[in-house]
Amino acid sequence: MLIPVFTRELLLAVRRPSDALSGLLFFILVGSLFPLAIGPDAALLRVIGPGVVWVAALLAVLISLHRLFEHDLADGSLEQWLLAPRTLIGLVATKVAAHWLIACLPLILVAPLLALQYGLSNEAAICLIITLLLGTPTLALLGGLGAALTLGMRGQVLQALIVLPMSVPPLVFACSAVSASQQGLPAGPALNLLGACLSLAAFLCPWATAAALRLALE
Amino acid sequence: MLRKKHGEHMLSARSLHCRRGGRAVLKNLDFTISPGQVLALHGANGSGKTSLLRVLAGLAPLASGQLWWGEQSLQPGDAGHAARMAYLGHQNGLSTELSATENLRFLQQLGGGTEVAATLQTWDLLPVAEQPVRYLSQGQRRRLALARVWLGQRVLWLLDEPCAALDSAGVTMFDAHLSQHLEAGGMAVIATHRALDVPASSLQRLDLDTLPLNSLLNEDIYAAC
Repeated sequence: MLIPVFTRELLLAVRRPSDALSGLLFFILVGSLFPLAIGPDAALLRVIGPGVVWVAALLAVLISLHRLFEHDLADGSLEQWLLAPRTLIGLVATKVAAHWLIACLPLILVAPLLALQYGLSNEAAICLIITLLLGTPTLALLGGLGAALTLGMRGQVLQALIVLPMSVPPLVFACSAVSASQQGLPAGPALNLLGACLSLAAFLCPWATAAALRLALE
Repeated sequence: MLRKKHGEHMLSARSLHCRRGGRAVLKNLDFTISPGQVLALHGANGSGKTSLLRVLAGLAPLASGQLWWGEQSLQPGDAGHAARMAYLGHQNGLSTELSATENLRFLQQLGGGTEVAATLQTWDLLPVAEQPVRYLSQGQRRRLALARVWLGQRVLWLLDEPCAALDSAGVTMFDAHLSQHLEAGGMAVIATHRALDVPASSLQRLDLDTLPLNSLLNEDIYAAC
């Protein structure tokens, strides 16, 4: 039943690729600027690498999701979604899942390139990919909530102010997991906490996003 | 195209009040629509036509009053009500990046309805069916939005200025489809500035300008003092 929503989002992303692409290019550029600015200090780069990659990913997700509901609001599709005889929570969750595929999966695919620039070891790079796989769905869910709460407002700053504080736990757990694996320590506990963040977000965010959308259209 | 017959329930409103932005726009509104009838909402700009339609659709909350669907009390916004009405607001509800066919097919999968190709044909949209909606004219988009309403085969149509941007052929087409919908036992509430071309027996007029809103508002103000 939710497959039509999924295919519609993918089709729209193909027809309107700028939103997803701008996030991806932002991620690559920001990730590449740090090594250029800091210079060839391999030890320092290795230490800051996980944090920089994660902050860049966080901002890139925010950039690509800030217009998640804007087109649908402008053309009236959102009204029709609210009136569809289906639960809005399911529709919202599907839309966010589709946008994770469109906006976040490419980030994860290019992350090994950035890991190379910071000289991360193989284990650390694999751990970084795992944290991104576990963490970006949380970021997408939070970004969707922020987009719904700020729907119809101009400017992106308010959404960043709402989403960034909520993104602190996944950011901290992800970076500590990668650091632990760099030092040869087990990354499991931090990854567990990252998974817990995802479960909590998957449980609460679609519901809160649907409520925010109802309010925005009232 | 054959229309499926609709049920025998009446939609009635009792002392409906509705507020928008903290301001009362409708007060003490009563009406009853039987199957096969259309309620034409007339009134100046800002008289509350859109607000009433949004309340009936469940997009805006009801300040007070009751709505009845036959013998059942009606909560606008619940899933059962959503499944029997189609709403068309000022916006067409179509993604401009998708083609006419893709838009209709998506909405059909979301809410059910009759065949997409047949609907496009009855609304004379087949020649532009594969073009993205952003290349269509305003009138063609409105026609597509009406085709979407038609596609859903819902019993209650809530239409806000359906004929905006339509050419005379489009208006004739709309009146013909509306008559068919009413003949099949459907109902409609339509905010409009022009006279609808449907049989007089199935037409009810509600003039929102003549409601005693202003005097009541003043009483409210005195009561508050």
